[in-house]
Amino acid sequence: MTNGWTDVANADVVLVMGGNPAENHPVGFRFVMEARLKRKAKLVCVDPRFTRTAAVSDYYVPIRAGTDIAFLGGLIHRSVSTGQYQTDYVRQHTNASFVIKEGFGFDGGYFTGWNAAKKAYDKSTWQYELGPDGFAKVDATLEHPRCVFQLMRQHYARYTPEKVSEICGCTVAEFERAADMVLAAHAEGKTGTVLYALGWTQHSHAVQLIHAAAMVQLLMGNIGMPGGGVNAQRGHANIQGSTDMGAWNMLPGYLKLPRAHWTSLDEYLKANTPKALRPNSMNYWGNTPKFMTSLLKAYYGADARPENGFGYQWLPKAAETANHGWAYFFDGMTQGKVDGLISWGMNPVANGPNTRKMLMGLSKLKWMIVAEVFETETAGFWKAKELAEKYYPKAGDAEGIGTEVFLLPASCFAEKDGAFVNSSRWLQWKETNLEPPGDAKRDQEIMSRLFLKVRELYEKEGGTGPEPLAKMKWDYATPHAPSLSEVAREISGRDLPSGKQIAGFGELKDDGSTVAGCWIYAGSYSEAGNLMARKGQEDPTGLGLYPNYAWSWPANRRILYNRASLDAAGKPWDETRAPLRWDGLRWKGDVPDYKADAKPEQHGAFVMLPEGVARLFAPELVEGPFPEHYEPAESPVENSLHPQVSFNPAAWVIQGLGDQLGEAKDFPYVGISYRLTEHFHYWTKNVASSSQLQSNFFVEVPEALAREKSIQSGDLVRVSSARGKVEGPALVTKRLRPLKISGRTVFHVGLPIHWGFIGRVNGPLINNLTASVYDPNSGTPEYKGFLVNLEKL
Amino acid sequence: MLTRRDFGKTGAAALTTAFGFSLVPAQAAVRELKISRTTQSRSVCPYCAVGCSVIVHSLGDKARNVRSSVVHIEGDPDSPVNRGTLCSKGISLKQFVNSDRRLTRPLYRAPGGKEWQAISWEEAFEKMARAIKGSRDRGFVERDEQGRTVNRLENIVMMGGCTDTNEINYLLSKFRFGLGLLPYENQSRL
Repeated sequence: MTNGWTDVANADVVLVMGGNPAENHPVGFRFVMEARLKRKAKLVCVDPRFTRTAAVSDYYVPIRAGTDIAFLGGLIHRSVSTGQYQTDYVRQHTNASFVIKEGFGFDGGYFTGWNAAKKAYDKSTWQYELGPDGFAKVDATLEHPRCVFQLMRQHYARYTPEKVSEICGCTVAEFERAADMVLAAHAEGKTGTVLYALGWTQHSHAVQLIHAAAMVQLLMGNIGMPGGGVNAQRGHANIQGSTDMGAWNMLPGYLKLPRAHWTSLDEYLKANTPKALRPNSMNYWGNTPKFMTSLLKAYYGADARPENGFGYQWLPKAAETANHGWAYFFDGMTQGKVDGLISWGMNPVANGPNTRKMLMGLSKLKWMIVAEVFETETAGFWKAKELAEKYYPKAGDAEGIGTEVFLLPASCFAEKDGAFVNSSRWLQWKETNLEPPGDAKRDQEIMSRLFLKVRELYEKEGGTGPEPLAKMKWDYATPHAPSLSEVAREISGRDLPSGKQIAGFGELKDDGSTVAGCWIYAGSYSEAGNLMARKGQEDPTGLGLYPNYAWSWPANRRILYNRASLDAAGKPWDETRAPLRWDGLRWKGDVPDYKADAKPEQHGAFVMLPEGVARLFAPELVEGPFPEHYEPAESPVENSLHPQVSFNPAAWVIQGLGDQLGEAKDFPYVGISYRLTEHFHYWTKNVASSSQLQSNFFVEVPEALAREKSIQSGDLVRVSSARGKVEGPALVTKRLRPLKISGRTVFHVGLPIHWGFIGRVNGPLINNLTASVYDPNSGTPEYKGFLVNLEKL
Repeated sequence: MLTRRDFGKTGAAALTTAFGFSLVPAQAAVRELKISRTTQSRSVCPYCAVGCSVIVHSLGDKARNVRSSVVHIEGDPDSPVNRGTLCSKGISLKQFVNSDRRLTRPLYRAPGGKEWQAISWEEAFEKMARAIKGSRDRGFVERDEQGRTVNRLENIVMMGGCTDTNEINYLLSKFRFGLGLLPYENQSRL
């Protein structure tokens, strides 16, 4: 979240789209209700399904799964064409005025530069026009035909209310009414927030979808404002923290993983340290050398020296264009390219797309290590045929599966201390005085013992590539079971000459004299102690920021981009909701997202970007600098904007073993998956109360479709896709309204997740149905909107 | 109608005369709340990322040779996020911690095996470390075809982290970069 849960209460308009917080984040949803009670906020809910959030909304609009960009594009069009945007904000804080190079364009579904052979864009035309001073050219009047504002206006001119209705399936009147409610937030003194979850991230165009939401929020002047922002409601207790610590292609703190062609630290830093694109840009990523050097010092200690590039050579380097994410390593696994898998509390058989493919992959492994609190479908994948032959008739018998499996009893949240990062980016420290049950161990001990054992074997016997393993620092006071406080101090950072914990990332240096394991967490454990464990109740701004409760990354800042809550001269857009104030010498209020003593006009408000302003036009995304509506990989209709390029041309579609896409003639309905409030993911099927409250899988079937197929609630039905099937009782519902798309009726079929073949209660895995289709920016699978058939059994 | 509360208030007094001794102290002992003798730890719910703070009440942790056990988990009223409230899952966290389905000993499944077998931690660590080393020795690439130092490993996959703390995730990063391992994924993409 750019803002946070408690801040949602400051909103005047709440757009919930791609999420259902009343069901899935019920305690966080209290702040939506508080905004409605105290500020008379309007809640607009846009979703294929009339959810629990929709039930308490002021206005609900149904749309077809996978058409959110069309809806948001419609909002952009309406905002720009009717003048419902915050002009001064857009001028001051976005790249609307930046001039783009000649030759950029969009035609027939492609932006300029598409290379069909490489399935990738040449982005040379998607760039700013630079002046002789090396800075981007701007036109403050926003009238230059090639400025971002004009290009954006042109791009979205096609997204008329009629077009939105044709693609999404809502009526023109429904779209217009929702749009007017959302766009009301453009007025100074009005702020709107956007809350989303996996209903936005699980598409083959998901990152562009969230970019579209950010564009709407920038046009409204809502980024940096209390009650504003773009807010991801994340689905696991520390999914934010694990993201912060790096996906496969990232080092901790969003530093890029080295690639083979950056052969030295100097080359790495040269390629990954951005240069300012405007004279007033603070360009904070310009400090990348300090962040990277401090990380290398944390990893390699005294062995990291200036003359050896601080140990850069020991880090792994991926091939220039290699992809080692989920989509590709599971495909590699099915081809026998992977020996072993180590899983720390993850269950790919349940949560990966195309379950049959996951099972195929695991059965090709030589060995697998799983550390868990319960036996999962992944640990026991070799029992799939025995336990669920109906769904996996072709899974091998256990005798024929050669994978050696270690299932290690780990500890649960209450048996470990350490910090979880919630959706608000608050690092909240846990205490514990419990031991794990029986012979179970804490994860830090399992991990450390295993690491040290492997290292010991290399020390005794030698082997390939011993150096990176030997040099990785593991010198904790109790190396086989490190104290998490000690680890937290290493992450937060230390000044080596003085031996003192640093107070923040401003103290980091690139000469090897500071250590920080994750620069965005710098200062979370300072000389003042463990700030993540704080319980302070003070709220000096009255905006629900609670600066002394827990610790928020970065720098304990509660609202990201808060400098954008003021105009160029430093006057708040809204005096009643000002997270920051300039007193002539310093910024007061929230921790400024800005230099603490820099004058209001000195820098652009978006200090992390080389432009110094936010990007309406975002050339770093792979399928275009502007979001464009593409249909899901499996869609019941053609893309009415450009039928010849119906689907995101840059998306990853894996066509390996077990992969198949279906067509609407065989699979005419749109499947969507979702959670229920009684369950958490695939865990609580092991918990008595949850499995009693929701013991059975069911299929939500729209009334009209049920009538067509003579299905009544409780009848057993089968839902099948080109990959597999699920079976369960039907729940006939009004919640899934049939939608008229290009003259035909499109039905959705609702599929709650939560069951599997190993648990207190069992049922089909929904990912039996889903496809190996992924967003090309994030690598997230398309779980919302895939084609299925429905039969009565 | 006599409610239990009324029985406690007046019934006990009436019984005093019938039996000749007072039942009140004995009842008071029974009525003492289980959590009055607990140790409280402040923790955070492990489910979604609203990040509700919870208070874990445990018994038995102060006695020698006694393992503590969780008797109650409730919302922490100091948290500005949840102010003591919890959802239907959070309120039953005790059943998660104390679930009879928890794994309590290491298990091993041999190639082609049809059942789990018990294995000691020592033997498991020995076998796992051998498996990792064997694969790493085969798969580790020090230099690529152009002679550039790459120190990478592609034949072991690691996943996980979203269910655990920052500190565990950070240790995980040291583990995988120590091995040189590149294929890695956590729930953040799924």
